[in-house]
Parts: sequence; C-alpha cells; structure tokens
Amino acid sequence: MASVVRIEELEKTYILESVLVPALKGVTLEVEEGDFVALMGPSGSGKSTLLNLLGCLDRPTYGQYFLADQDIAHLDDDQLSEIRSRYLGFIFQQYNLLPQYTVVENIEIPLLYQGCKITDQTLERCEGLARLVGLGDRFDHRPMQLSGGQQQRVAIARALVNDPAVILADEPTGNLDSHTSDEIMNLLARLNDIGKTIIMVTHENEIASWAKRIIRMRDGLIESDVRNNELHSRSPGTISLPPEMLERLVQPQGFQQAGAN
Amino acid sequence: MTLVSLATPALLVFLFLSIGLWDKGRRGFVLAIRSLWLHRMRAFLSVLGIIIGTAAVIALMAFGEGSMQDALEDIRRMGANNIMVRSIKPTETANTSQRSWVAIYGLTFADFEKIATIPCISRMVPMRIFPQEARRGYRGVNSRVVATIPEFLDIHNLDVKIGRFINGDDDFHLRNVAVLGSKLASRLFSFEDPIGKEIQLGTFYYRVVGILKEHSQGGSIGSEDPNLDVIIPMNTAKVRFGEKIFQRTSGSRSAEKVDISQITLSVTDIDKVRPTGDIIRRILETHTKQDFTVSIPLDRLEEAERAKERYKLLLVLIASISLVVGGIGIMNIMLATVTERTREIGIRRALGAKQRDITLQFLIEAVVQTSLGGLLGIGLGLGMVLALPWITETFLATRLPSKVHFDSISWSLATAVGVGLIFGIYPSRRAALMDPIEALRHV
Repeated sequence: MASVVRIEELEKTYILESVLVPALKGVTLEVEEGDFVALMGPSGSGKSTLLNLLGCLDRPTYGQYFLADQDIAHLDDDQLSEIRSRYLGFIFQQYNLLPQYTVVENIEIPLLYQGCKITDQTLERCEGLARLVGLGDRFDHRPMQLSGGQQQRVAIARALVNDPAVILADEPTGNLDSHTSDEIMNLLARLNDIGKTIIMVTHENEIASWAKRIIRMRDGLIESDVRNNELHSRSPGTISLPPEMLERLVQPQGFQQAGAN
Repeated sequence: MTLVSLATPALLVFLFLSIGLWDKGRRGFVLAIRSLWLHRMRAFLSVLGIIIGTAAVIALMAFGEGSMQDALEDIRRMGANNIMVRSIKPTETANTSQRSWVAIYGLTFADFEKIATIPCISRMVPMRIFPQEARRGYRGVNSRVVATIPEFLDIHNLDVKIGRFINGDDDFHLRNVAVLGSKLASRLFSFEDPIGKEIQLGTFYYRVVGILKEHSQGGSIGSEDPNLDVIIPMNTAKVRFGEKIFQRTSGSRSAEKVDISQITLSVTDIDKVRPTGDIIRRILETHTKQDFTVSIPLDRLEEAERAKERYKLLLVLIASISLVVGGIGIMNIMLATVTERTREIGIRRALGAKQRDITLQFLIEAVVQTSLGGLLGIGLGLGMVLALPWITETFLATRLPSKVHFDSISWSLATAVGVGLIFGIYPSRRAALMDPIEALRHV
C-alpha cells in the first residue's frame, strides 16, 4: 500500500520568552492509505504538536513532510490553506461547528473555501453525508439544537465532504459519554473499513483500541509503534446506507482531487 | 456634483451586484446578515452613530437648502436686473439748531429726473410710502399707502387677482382709485365683493378697482406685511395728501416731507447693474445727509449663494466629524467581535480559509453594517424632513421650507460604505493574521 503521510526527521521548537522549547525532536513516521492510527501519550509528549504539523496548521522547524506525495513542509500560508481544504478533514474535541450555520451549511464550508460553486450537486452531496452520519431529518437544525453526539456527527460529515486524503481527529470523544463515544468510534471505524485514512489523538486506551495501529509518544519522540492485535469489534447499524451509495458519497466522481495518490 | 450623484449609486449597485454574483461574496453577505442578526441590538447600537450622523446631514441639508432657496427666490423676485434706491431717515446728528418739527429728507423729484438720464435704464418706478389707516364703515385697518405708477406691477413681478391695477388714466385724471393687498381686502370686506366699493384713506374716499394676489415681497420698505398695502396713483396722492406727511404718535406730532420713498429701476443688461448702481450713488452725492440707500438684489443674491456654500462646507465638516466618531464606534465593536469569534476564525482557517477569506468576511460584515446604518439614517433623515415641517406648521404656525438634495443622499450612502471599509480594515486584518492553532484553542 502507498503511504499517504510520510514525515522525516520532523522537528519543532517553540521560542518561549527567548528560551528554546523543543516539542518534537526528529520524528519519522509513515502512514499507509487506509490505516487507522491512534496517537497516544501524556500531555507534553508532543502529540498535539505533531497533529498540528500533520494538519498543516503549523510549519516544522526542520524536517520534511510529504502528504499524498507532495512536499509541503515549507509552503506559505495560502498554499497550506489550500492543502487543508483539499487533502485534510478535521474532527475536534469541541466539535467546532459554526453556530450561525445549519447542519448542511456547516458541512458545506470546506467546499466553499476550495472555491467550489454551491450547486444542487454539492447540496445533494452534503445532504447525503448528513444522512450517512444519521442526521437525515435535521438538515436545517442549528448546532445549538443538537446533542453533543449529533454535533460530532455533523463534524464527521464535514470532514468527509472534500474527500480528504487523511482525516485528523483530536480527541473526538473527549466530550462525550461512553455510549455516544462508542457510536462515534463505530462510525469512524466503519469509514476506515471503506478505505478512509484516519489519524486520531487520544489518551484513552479504550478509544485507542478501535485503531489498527497505536503510536505512543514521549518527550517529543516516538516511544512505541505497534499494530493493534485486539481490535475493538465493530457493531453494525451506525452507517445505515447501502454500500454502493456509501461508496458514492465517500468517494464521489466530481470531487476527486487532482494529483492525489 | 451631478456626476458624483449619478456615479455613486451606480458604483454601489455595481459593488452589491458583483458581491451577489460572486459565490464567496454572496456567502459572506448572507453570513454578515446572519451574524449581525445574531447580535442585532449590538449591531444597531454600534451603527447608531452613523445612523444619527447620516440623518442629521440629510435633514440639515434639506432644511438649509430649503430656506436658502426661499431666500434666493425672494431676492430673485425683486429682480436680478433691478436696483432699488430708498429714502431713509438720517440719524439725528448733534446740530440741534437745524431741528424743525418737519423733517425733510430723502429722494426728491429732482433726483428722480437726474437718475432718469442714465441711458441703460429701461424702467423707473417711483413710490411714496406712508402709514395710513384704511377705513370701511366702522372698520379700520392700520395699513400703508403706496403711491406709485402703473409700471409698479411689472417691475415687482406682482399679479392682480381680481379687477385691474391702476393705469395711466387714473394717474393723469387724479382719480381716487385704490388697489388692495389681499389681506387688507379680506379684513375690510368680510362678506362683500370689494370691487367698486369705497374705502376711506385720511379725509377722502377711494374706489377699489382691484386686489393683488398674495405675495411675500413687494419690494417695498420695511418688514411690514406687503399684503396689507393699499396702492393709489402717484399724482392722486400728491394732491390728496399734500407733500408733508403728518404722523401722530402717542401725544406728540411729527411731520415728514419725503418726495419719493423709493425708486425701483430696471437696467437693460445684467452686466450693467453694478455700474448703474455706482452712477446713481455718484448722482446722489450732492445730498448733505446720508438719507438714501442703493440696494442691488444681485449683490444679495451672490452673497446668499456664497453663504449657502459656506453652510454646506460647515455641514460637511460636522458630518465628517460625526461619521469619524461613528466609524470609531464600528471599529471598536468589530475588534470586540473579532476577539469573541476567535474560535470561529480558527475553525474556518482549519477548514481551508485563506487569510484573505477571513479579511473579506469581516470587511463585508463591517460594510454591510455601516451601509444598513446609512440606509436607516437616510430613512430617518427623510422622515424628519417630512415630519418636522408638518409639526412646526400645525403647532407653531411657522413654515419650515425643505428641499431634499439627491446629492446628499448618495453622498451619505457612499460615506457610510467608505466608513465601513476604512474602519473595518484594521479589525479584519487582525482577524486574518491570527495564528490558527491559537485561535482554535481559544475558548
């Protein structure tokens, strides 16, 4: 399998009051297409810094980063924005939906910043994704009118809309109860089953057990990198659409980004 | 001015059309409306400065323009080609030896003849004006007698409402005929047609032959209502009232001898108005006392127009101060909004928004806010222009003339948009330059 993410000797040093604070001390990592990686580690271990770098929200001090075979370690701000809108999907702990927008409009945002025209076709896609995550009857609801689990589902739909090369999840279940957590993780696992690459930061072993590969970090370095042998069992039912429709929504024709893979 | 007044709305329409047709722009516009609606009270309060500023400019412009136009109209009615030479009572000087109980001053018939020799004068109308009670039966009205010649009507742009004006025959035959001002007519004759009836002026009776239309300025002296005048032929007055005019004022008597109270003259060409005025002053230099004035409406017209320009400049100054204050208010609120929506900015950046997308979003919001403020202000201003004259007319019985200038509307709107742009740039740039990671971490 081809690797989607490849980082080499990635270093990040922050300057805090003229003191150099190294957060990453040369991390080398490769993530294959279709993998599901859990990044674990205590706070201060550098996992958030790594996720920010992977998410093109920050630039490394040293090292190389290839996302879908493009060298993006040293692009400028506009180019990084472009990469984010085309190749990356974000899921946050606090859901981070925009309160002024409805469910469908929230899902649309990445397309808008890609420079897509909002047409019936895109609208259909956004509604399809909302249906996919089980919010088929709440297109016009505002985030305030949804529960935490539902908001996170909208966020997942939003992370899927631009058909990203990698979905980055930062503690996606951190604010949810265990039952809802299971639902969300099941949804992510099912998306992984149909070929989506996911990198997830978590500090709970229970949540990490859903991933195929578990990377532990400590002091800005990778401590351990193991395959997960006791994969959490997927329960059916969260994704209720027939497989062919699912396929079409997650990887539709018109939205395949040029140059990916 | 006209170019600007046409170009500004065209530019605004173009601006909004281009925003509307451009997908991101339209999105930004809809988002701006929604975000403002989410905090409508705050949005309203923050543009209040602009609303009030714009409304004040529109209303002041309209009332200023209205009263100016009224004043200019008055002056124009006096005739831009006209010159008025008036007799004035000289200020009493210290030479008490010359004091007699008959005051002799003013323009004389000799002066009239001399002025008449100036070649470029097309018409000359002499007037004798003195206060005199007009009586009809037991009714008496304090009015003024204006003794003049038939050309009076033309030179002052007046119209006869009923009947006719005095004519040359009346003057030649010393007929006792009178033309009444409209107010005087209605006071003397409440329930009958005045034409052909007689009124008493002094010791003689005069037949009413006509009534003038109501007018604001007859070109006659003083601030008294010209609609209370009674007009009689010049020569009739000379015979009936004599050359001295006696006045009784609370126990004391005084008499004046004034040949001609006023001469209104028309000059053939507007370029010759001022030189003619100078010549008349030279002719009248022989007067030992300063007992005349030469007034040229053209001068006053130009003066009034200059005053109008100054007034406009002052308004622009006031408007710009109020708009700058309003703009600072907008900037203040925008900065608060940007801080409050830091997280939203972080989310958008993470989802692929470029810095210029963020700048544009907040800039559109600022411009939409100030434009709506400007529109509200224009509405309020127009409301004031409509309501205030009605209020003053019904409750204070004074007329408040107003004229809404299209220029002022388009200028205010353009300024409102401009204020949004200028004072929106800094907060918008601040929003765009935020670090996305920091912004996402913001609570």
